[in-house]
Amino acid sequence: MLFPRKQPPVPPPRVVVTGAGIVTPLGVGWKANADGFRAGRVAIRPVTLFDVSRQRVKASGEVELPPALPDTHLPARQVRRLDRAAKLMLLAAHEAWQQSGWKPSTDLPLVLGTTSGGMSLGQDYYRQAIHTPDSHRRQPTRVLHYQAQRQAIDLSDALGFGGPIILIANACASGANAIGHAWELIRNGRAQRAMTGGYDALSQLVFAGFDSLQALSPTRCRPFDTRRDGLAIGEGAAVLTLETLEHSQRRGAIILGEIVGYGTATDAHHLTQPHPQGDAAFATMTAACQSAGVSPRQIGYLNAHGTGTPLNDSAEAAAINRWAGEHAAKIPVSSTKSGIGHLLGAAGAVEVVICLMALGEQWLPPTSTLETPDPLCAFPLVQKPAKAQLEYALTNSFGFGGANASLVLRRWE
Amino acid sequence: MKVLSSEPENIFIDGIGAVSPAGWGVLPLREALAKGEPLPAKELARPGWARPLRVRSVPPPSPRPDFMTHPRLRRTSPITQYAVAAALEALGDDAARVRNGSLRLGIVLCVMTGCVNYSRRFYDETLKDPATASPLVFPETVFNAPASHLAALLGATALNYTLLGDPGTFLQGLALAADWLLSRRVDGCLVAGAEEIDWLTADAYRLFARKIILSDGAGAIYLRRQSHTAPSVRLHCISEPHLFSSKKQRAHAAQRMRAELPAGNPGHLLCDGIQNLPNIDAQEQEAWQDWPGARLSPRAILGEGLAAVSAWQCVAAIDALRQRQHPAASVSVVGCNEQAIGAHFVIS
Repeated sequence: MLFPRKQPPVPPPRVVVTGAGIVTPLGVGWKANADGFRAGRVAIRPVTLFDVSRQRVKASGEVELPPALPDTHLPARQVRRLDRAAKLMLLAAHEAWQQSGWKPSTDLPLVLGTTSGGMSLGQDYYRQAIHTPDSHRRQPTRVLHYQAQRQAIDLSDALGFGGPIILIANACASGANAIGHAWELIRNGRAQRAMTGGYDALSQLVFAGFDSLQALSPTRCRPFDTRRDGLAIGEGAAVLTLETLEHSQRRGAIILGEIVGYGTATDAHHLTQPHPQGDAAFATMTAACQSAGVSPRQIGYLNAHGTGTPLNDSAEAAAINRWAGEHAAKIPVSSTKSGIGHLLGAAGAVEVVICLMALGEQWLPPTSTLETPDPLCAFPLVQKPAKAQLEYALTNSFGFGGANASLVLRRWE
Repeated sequence: MKVLSSEPENIFIDGIGAVSPAGWGVLPLREALAKGEPLPAKELARPGWARPLRVRSVPPPSPRPDFMTHPRLRRTSPITQYAVAAALEALGDDAARVRNGSLRLGIVLCVMTGCVNYSRRFYDETLKDPATASPLVFPETVFNAPASHLAALLGATALNYTLLGDPGTFLQGLALAADWLLSRRVDGCLVAGAEEIDWLTADAYRLFARKIILSDGAGAIYLRRQSHTAPSVRLHCISEPHLFSSKKQRAHAAQRMRAELPAGNPGHLLCDGIQNLPNIDAQEQEAWQDWPGARLSPRAILGEGLAAVSAWQCVAAIDALRQRQHPAASVSVVGCNEQAIGAHFVIS
């Protein structure tokens, strides 16, 4: 039963990550991405997926999909129906699943974040409905597979598991909220394991949307730079397998890291602009650290939301300064969106995986495009790849509608 | 009003709200359901076709609600207006407590198609010329725009999730709200299901079942750990969500959901999802064939409101308990393409 719930265990179980899959413009899989982030590579390139000749900005972070998807339980006919977003998610989930060594079961919750599901299919549907209204060819398939719940069911079927599906659409915080929610499900004793993450593919509608807002950088996405002038949009997916520490140890799993804190809050200031002082960002970082039982001084690396827009970065900088106080000068901060762009519903999940890489391999990913750090930042911005000794990392995700989320991760030795 | 103190794991329904093809408020919904006749369908033009689509849409409000003059709500599409109206009705006087910071309000918005009016409009503008597509329209296309506007109107800064899924998602939203309340992360939690009609959605549904009549609107339920109403209505249980991806699995999922809910007795009410379309109703009918009590089928009267219709089902069930028509009511949602899930409410 979803309700009444079982009494939550006291103390709550520790939740560890035993599988992580990642797909970004830097490549498919942990190694390609770890190499790319560690080297500070930038993967923003001209858009090829749709016509941008009439757009103000013409570059994005596109993923180069592999020629074939991994073998799964999905029949070939179903695989052919998957859209770009579903493929990104499947690639990431398959990597996480393989890494975790999990076996199919019928009680595995799937918690995913997305902003636009199968939007490219929705676009195809609309164009055909307008241009050839009497033709229904492929339209039912598009309607079905456009929907995020269908994509989630396809993923369950592909990997052979079942269980409740929860889809969180909290704009660009969706991926972080999804992971935070999955973490809470396990901590509250609702599940011993959960698969979770975020995904989004590039689509013409969303690209044009950010371009219409003049939120895209016409030059180069430079988070926290004095001359920053916008974000780069990207696509990708990241999926994690979470389980209780006890469950993972019982089966001798390899542990990649631990999720120790989560905070989420709402910024009611404006639909698309953060409160100038980053009040909700401050609240989520504070709440995440409280739930983790750590103070800002223990955070060894902060992966900022850092979109590169003037308003986001100044609000986030103000929030970090306030949250960290006198320790701000000692917390290295970077925005990995400089290399891959803003992955929207995937961003929060991808950035959790980047934190796991940094914690596991003890390095700091840089803000590769940073030239002149904004003096608003009282914290050191990581400009070059560097080695580090990290115990805890915090990652921020903020979205339209004032959706804010922060997660705290801990190194696993 | 006497305040019933809550047992540690009790969740009460402290308010309900609705906007439906029957009108703005729970009262017109109650009256339409009591009448028991399907509301008349209206015609909706579909570009490129001479024959219009048939829908049941929300009538214009009269008078126009005050909240629509709020700066954040002037440009919003109907889904936000419906969600806000239903939410404010459910919240009642507690809206002021949220505004003055004395009540931490959680918000869970559940949608299936979401902000489709502006999404279609923005994409149409993009296809014509992306250089002139409106920056005012795009932000309203985001799934969580209605929940964000509601939070802004109320000054609610606590937990706020927008959940996507088929109509069963509304009951998942109720369970999420109960969790937030029981873990003391919020003092009250609003769960709303909302949709807006667009020819694009109606056209898409026609591909699967020509007789489906889409509708729009919103339903909202306000949950607390204590009850401030008489009679007080308590959330008794919510089943697991049972997933399906085929007709056969849908029947099995409906049976499993049914098995998790109380058996019922002749005095109880079942608020089901039947819409008098045998092909679609069969699995749910089969699951509930032995139900001994009264039945109410809001979908058959109001139309296929997707996330809104499961909210109306819950609102109607709770309203019937508040009107002391029944001591207990079950809600059955056998969704269109994801899950079968049910809930049971009782007078406490």
